[in-house]
Amino acid sequence: MSTAELTAAKPAPVRRASPAGANLERLFEGVCFAAATALLAALGGVLVSLAIGGWPALAKFGLGFVTNVTWDPVKDVYGAAGPIAGTLITSALALLMALPVAGGVAFFLVELCPPILRRPIGTAVELLAGIPSIVYGMWGLFVFAPFFAKWVEIPTMGAAPPGSFWETLTQGIPNGSGILAASIILAIMILPFMAATLRELLLTVPAQVRESAYGLGATTGEVVMSVTLPYVRRGAIGAVMLGLGRALGETMAVTFIIGNSHGFPKGIFDAGSTIASTIANEFNEASGLQSSALIALGLVLFLITFTVLALARLLLRDQVKG
Amino acid sequence: MLKRFAATIVSLALVGGGAAVAGNLSGAGATFPAPVYAKWAETYKAQTGAALNYQAIGSGGGIKQINANTVDFGASDKPLKPDALAAGGLQQFPTVIGGVVPVMNLPGVQPGQIKLTGPLLADIYRGVLKKWNDPVIVSYNKGVALPNLPITVVHRSDGSGTTFLFTSYLSLQAAHWASGPGASDSVNWPVGIGGKGNDGVAAFVKQTPGAIGYVEYAYAKQNHMTFAVMKNKAGHWVSPDAPAFAAAAAGAKWNAAPGFYLLLLDQPAAGAWPITGATFILVHSKQTNAQTGHDVLAFFDWAYKNGDAAAASLDYVPLPEPVKALVRKSWAKVVGPDGKPVYK
Repeated sequence: MSTAELTAAKPAPVRRASPAGANLERLFEGVCFAAATALLAALGGVLVSLAIGGWPALAKFGLGFVTNVTWDPVKDVYGAAGPIAGTLITSALALLMALPVAGGVAFFLVELCPPILRRPIGTAVELLAGIPSIVYGMWGLFVFAPFFAKWVEIPTMGAAPPGSFWETLTQGIPNGSGILAASIILAIMILPFMAATLRELLLTVPAQVRESAYGLGATTGEVVMSVTLPYVRRGAIGAVMLGLGRALGETMAVTFIIGNSHGFPKGIFDAGSTIASTIANEFNEASGLQSSALIALGLVLFLITFTVLALARLLLRDQVKG
Repeated sequence: MLKRFAATIVSLALVGGGAAVAGNLSGAGATFPAPVYAKWAETYKAQTGAALNYQAIGSGGGIKQINANTVDFGASDKPLKPDALAAGGLQQFPTVIGGVVPVMNLPGVQPGQIKLTGPLLADIYRGVLKKWNDPVIVSYNKGVALPNLPITVVHRSDGSGTTFLFTSYLSLQAAHWASGPGASDSVNWPVGIGGKGNDGVAAFVKQTPGAIGYVEYAYAKQNHMTFAVMKNKAGHWVSPDAPAFAAAAAGAKWNAAPGFYLLLLDQPAAGAWPITGATFILVHSKQTNAQTGHDVLAFFDWAYKNGDAAAASLDYVPLPEPVKALVRKSWAKVVGPDGKPVYK
């Protein structure tokens, strides 16, 4: 029996088949739409509630909230320049340290690693990404800090000529805590995250493209620089931004090691604070204007992260055009 | 799937509701007394079958929770002033006593060897005294080999009752501290670095030669930290130990303190440790459910009678008996919906 005969004789099955599929389709579309709008609504809700909660502090201090260095819960004066600077400095330093290493790990795994080692190393990197941040914090405070003080801070501070720029840069308390120590812990934390993402990206480069380059006589370095890297550029910037996002918002590990002083850090070994660590430290016991100031800090962090993402998008668009 | 989920929620709600009827008490607040409250609750349950659930969310959280009426009692290391008690319709009473101890890392100096006064401590925390062998410090410590080390000040980074007690003491001892950083759960520290919790402060002190910090007495004792001997109001040099805290509590004028609003700082008793403080419980003066109010007070009455040994084993100092008697008398002001005291 041919299809034509079937439809001509009994049109009913065709009608039955169509509504069932259409219902499922409508349900599917509905679920997808709901998921997307729920996410948007949640994002908007967070933004609005942060703005409402932080409003008393923002209204009182205005622009001074982000430019003033004094954070005084007793006199109810709140200026967040210190934590904001601490957040930006530690995240930038962490990214600077982690990016080359993450790139190296990813390129090694994809281009150079003997196949038998590829899976164990790849899994290890992914496992590292799953270590809870409190573990990094404890490790940083009890293991890394004494080591860092003895082998890095004290020798560097001792070697700095009096009155030099180097001395200004390295001032602080040589006990292993401070801005640079926190940046290094952050770098270790975001490294596996970025390396794993970069590796996945590099694996998406079609084998023919790479093999053609090798066929033309390119060295591994040349293949990486001129073929695979440009191929994954878009995704790679995304991976870096994810790492930066984690560094900006990291709380526990930083709180343990940064030294938690609200002022503007004077040097890389000096104690500082970040937005997330300040909120974690003080929110429990805060009330009134202080809790409003902490919520406003949350809003500032939200805006910083948003700006970073927007900048990344802009950068990408320019590159794609060029 | 959905049905099972709904069933779980319903059964959870039933369990919750049923437990509340059976007299399951809930409290929240200060972290400092949490170990002793947990220990009391455990023994109390074994003896009476009544369960008590205490959440150590911090003193500020405890005050918020009791004001929002989400718990049966709140707990705070920082006593509320009488006007705040009146505004919230709350009653306040102390449970156990603890103290804050200055600890340091000075190579060659033994625990209890170094002597400090309140004004000295304030000058150190203000960054005025920068070296351990400063003549002012040396003048109080003749015969102690004080090293030529810079003083590294360590404070708590998280808001805490310990910081409140410590900064209140500094404010009491030095006018420049009172008008400068002041006293609160967290202040604008002139110098130094902040460690998270007692462990964070202790870690920074241990890792930094020349560091000074402050921790709760129990923490200093259990970790054998180098503590300082302090000069008290009577002019005696005292070591931080249980009798010194008890002396501070016994000598205090609780009678003259409405709502038990009393910081046991710089008490005049001969053996009193100068940085002593009690931790407090907050309950509503007018209980909506007389039975719940009765159960809360019954628990603390039981703890006053039977909990001293447990408190001492955890390095808290029990309240002196006369203070307990005063607290029991104050419970007459906690009344039920009918206006009658809920606990006699």
